[in-house]
Amino acid sequence: MKISREEVARVARLARLDLSEDKLELFAGQVGDILAYIDKLNELDTAGVAPMYGPHATSTLQRPDEVRREHTREQVLSNAPESDGVFFVVPRIVSAGH
Amino acid sequence: MSELHEKSLSEVRGLLASRAVSAEETVAACLARTEATEPTVHALLHVAGESALAQAKALDAAGPDASKPLWGVPLVIKDALTTKGLPTTCASRILENFVPFYDATAVARLKEAGAIVLAKANMDEFAMGSSTENSAYFPTRNPWDPERVPGGSSGGSAASVAACQGYGALGTDTGGSIRLPAAFCGIVGLKPTYGRVSRYGLIAYGSSLDQIGPMTRTVEDAARLLQVMAGHDGRDSTCADVPVPDYLAALERADLKGLTIGLPEEYWGAGVDPEVAESCRAAVALAESLGARTTPVSLKLSEYAVAVYYVIATAEASSNLARFDGVRYGHRDKGAAELIDMFTRSRTQGFGDEVQRRIILGTYVLSAGYYDAYYRKAAQVRALLRRDFDAAFEECDVIAGPVCPTTAFRVGQMTSDPLQMYLMDIFTISTNLAGLPGLSLPCGLGRDSGMPVGLQLMAPAFAEDRLLGLARVLERNLPPLPRPAGLA
Repeated sequence: MKISREEVARVARLARLDLSEDKLELFAGQVGDILAYIDKLNELDTAGVAPMYGPHATSTLQRPDEVRREHTREQVLSNAPESDGVFFVVPRIVSAGH
Repeated sequence: MSELHEKSLSEVRGLLASRAVSAEETVAACLARTEATEPTVHALLHVAGESALAQAKALDAAGPDASKPLWGVPLVIKDALTTKGLPTTCASRILENFVPFYDATAVARLKEAGAIVLAKANMDEFAMGSSTENSAYFPTRNPWDPERVPGGSSGGSAASVAACQGYGALGTDTGGSIRLPAAFCGIVGLKPTYGRVSRYGLIAYGSSLDQIGPMTRTVEDAARLLQVMAGHDGRDSTCADVPVPDYLAALERADLKGLTIGLPEEYWGAGVDPEVAESCRAAVALAESLGARTTPVSLKLSEYAVAVYYVIATAEASSNLARFDGVRYGHRDKGAAELIDMFTRSRTQGFGDEVQRRIILGTYVLSAGYYDAYYRKAAQVRALLRRDFDAAFEECDVIAGPVCPTTAFRVGQMTSDPLQMYLMDIFTISTNLAGLPGLSLPCGLGRDSGMPVGLQLMAPAFAEDRLLGLARVLERNLPPLPRPAGLA
């Protein structure tokens, strides 16, 4: 399966990546090769086969839903690129033009 | 008489428990060895010398504790696992300044058992790679030949243990990332059953595939680390509530009578380098001479495993890596005026090429219109792969084959062709997809390359004890490997 530069650019936008022209070109070739290799899965008839999304038993292990205070606010904020001591601070969410 | 740093984990814990050596002396020996070998191997991203020595002094002051099975033993931790107060980068620029405030469960259990965290090991960025050349910081070199790669993604852990910097290491394995570097560096590596060891605190790559496991110089050492780490953890809902057997007791088997080893033709045919096939065949012949029976089995879908893996692993990675957005931790671009722009710039600057390539592939296979054709299809083939293993284990107790078709390749040899690099994992990926345990055992040096060869042993779910027992018998009867040739 071939993938165009435009498709790589579209997927990159979905993944919040801004790729240079050179990298779009490089990735289009490489990802196309990998997808071509992956296409060999179509040699197999999987009609009626239940997909396996994980190897663990189907029942999810549960524990009592109890509130525990394991970490302090200072700890949780300790790696924040920007915080005011109470919240994580981020740039403006809605642009001025909207 | 071997030097202190060359002892096995099991030997040094005996010396520590009897106070023949102090924890401080042991840490100091590891730090001296690290200083001597790092200029060659580049295995470590962070050496925690100060905290390791402080911890050793505290342990020495309190005295040995028989209830702590790893009392005073210095260990190396792959940088994909969070370590409280020690930098944890996953070998990525995006986590360059990240210092976690909690330990991964596996790390916490080792510490509770008295172990000392000596250093954080280099790896392929976010565990994506088979050579440790994808580290954002520097590539790790193979202690047997610094012109060759150590394998990946746990290449720093493998090279560190092979170079005797610490007495064991933790690695993580999503498609072979413990077993491949263990094979390339001539050490023991065990990927446990999915759910055997808690993944809490492991920076996720492929959540349905990732497992944490021991990388050590002996089989007994691996058993000791697994014993401490295995078992249910309420912080990981996929960590199974299955009893943990006595792995040390499993090492006591004298021979291999009554054991049937399955040999899948798909692992022993064309495509395997003659020197690898030769060493692995000799190890299987040795097993037969020790009482094991061998039988041909079929894992006929093996040739599809890499294709299944690169759909499922990249799909899961693209979701898992969405958390790196510059908000709560990690790199943030300070120049962006608006939120979405900040996300995009931070991620573009912070992720390396291989990580970006896999995010693109994973996002693509999950995107509207392609989900059924790729992700669902791959999950269906995954179910068939698991059925193949289940059928094979009707015929045998353990499956054996090479870990990898080749010995360690040269630095730079594969970097321009991602698909060729992906195919190095062709024999290891299936057990991750099926969720089964696999062990890499050094079985000799390749006749042509002089580099270590790994024999892979695979078992049904939660039968790590069977793998360890078989591996210990083989280890006892195989000639020991010499010291790694690339180090003074």
